[in-house]
Amino acid sequence: MNAEKMIRNYVMVFVALLVLTATTTAVAFVDLGAPWNTTLALGIAVVKASLVVLFFMHALYSRPLTWVFLGAGILCLIILFTFTLADYATRDNVGAGPLAGAPAAGASARTSGTTP
Amino acid sequence: MSKSHPRLLHHFDDPEQQLEASQSGMWLFLVTEIMFFGGMFIGYTVYREAYFEVFAHASNHLSVWLGGINTAVLICSSLSMAMAVHSAHQGQRRKIVFYLLLTMVLGTAFLGIKFTEYYHKYGENLIPGLDFAFKEGNAGQAAIFYSFYFGMTGLHALHMIIGLGLLSFLAVQAARGRFSPLYSTPVEMTGLYWHFVDIVWIFLFPLLYLVGRH
Repeated sequence: MNAEKMIRNYVMVFVALLVLTATTTAVAFVDLGAPWNTTLALGIAVVKASLVVLFFMHALYSRPLTWVFLGAGILCLIILFTFTLADYATRDNVGAGPLAGAPAAGASARTSGTTP
Repeated sequence: MSKSHPRLLHHFDDPEQQLEASQSGMWLFLVTEIMFFGGMFIGYTVYREAYFEVFAHASNHLSVWLGGINTAVLICSSLSMAMAVHSAHQGQRRKIVFYLLLTMVLGTAFLGIKFTEYYHKYGENLIPGLDFAFKEGNAGQAAIFYSFYFGMTGLHALHMIIGLGLLSFLAVQAARGRFSPLYSTPVEMTGLYWHFVDIVWIFLFPLLYLVGRH
């Protein structure tokens, strides 16, 4: 890739990042209903992060080994979030199951809204 | 590239292998950084789900203006950093120094705005532990939000300060003509680090400043 094309790519990514920042900020003031504000904000953040990784960090032109590192990082992050949130999302069910009468430590504090 | 490359260390076969080793090491370090910040992001997510209402109210005390401007400043610094790496690959010494210094100016501007925000929070009694006061809901829950806010942005700011240190070192080296198309590894690696720090902020900005706004 020649030098001018490289610089043009950088500037295009830069403009896209600024436009996406303005978009996410503007949209944040509109009520989109339950999960959609957070979903859209995170979706735009993922797109912005991907642009930075692919173009500014040259992942797009890097060896497969770089992709292995990148994939390993993202995979670990997904494991961290999936298992932690699966635990917290299902904790209240434990009280109604075979272990009723022995509520989980975190469950009552969470639902009653007191400081743990 | 030849075996007589001036920067080639004896335990590498050739400059390409040496560069690939540096790139692998840097990306591996960034993976550990992903997990480092990831721990705080999952903590924030769990508490935000638990104390949804108060987190939204507490979030609305942050200035979207200052946060948004800071996001733009950081994106500008990332472009400048990318241009510094590009100039290093092209062997344009004066341009490397210029873009490194520009990146430093923008990074410093970011920190200046950040500490202005911290100072406002000090004036509003929103720093946990320092006469923390919050009237729109459970103050204990709001203190948790602000603990995450200061913890995450503070750690991000620390990364910026380390980055500025690296950049000032590089600027001196670049001015002395240490980098050429044959050898620009330190500029490239610092670039990866700087862009990573930018990515952390790309997630911090919506999660801390925007999600409770509507």
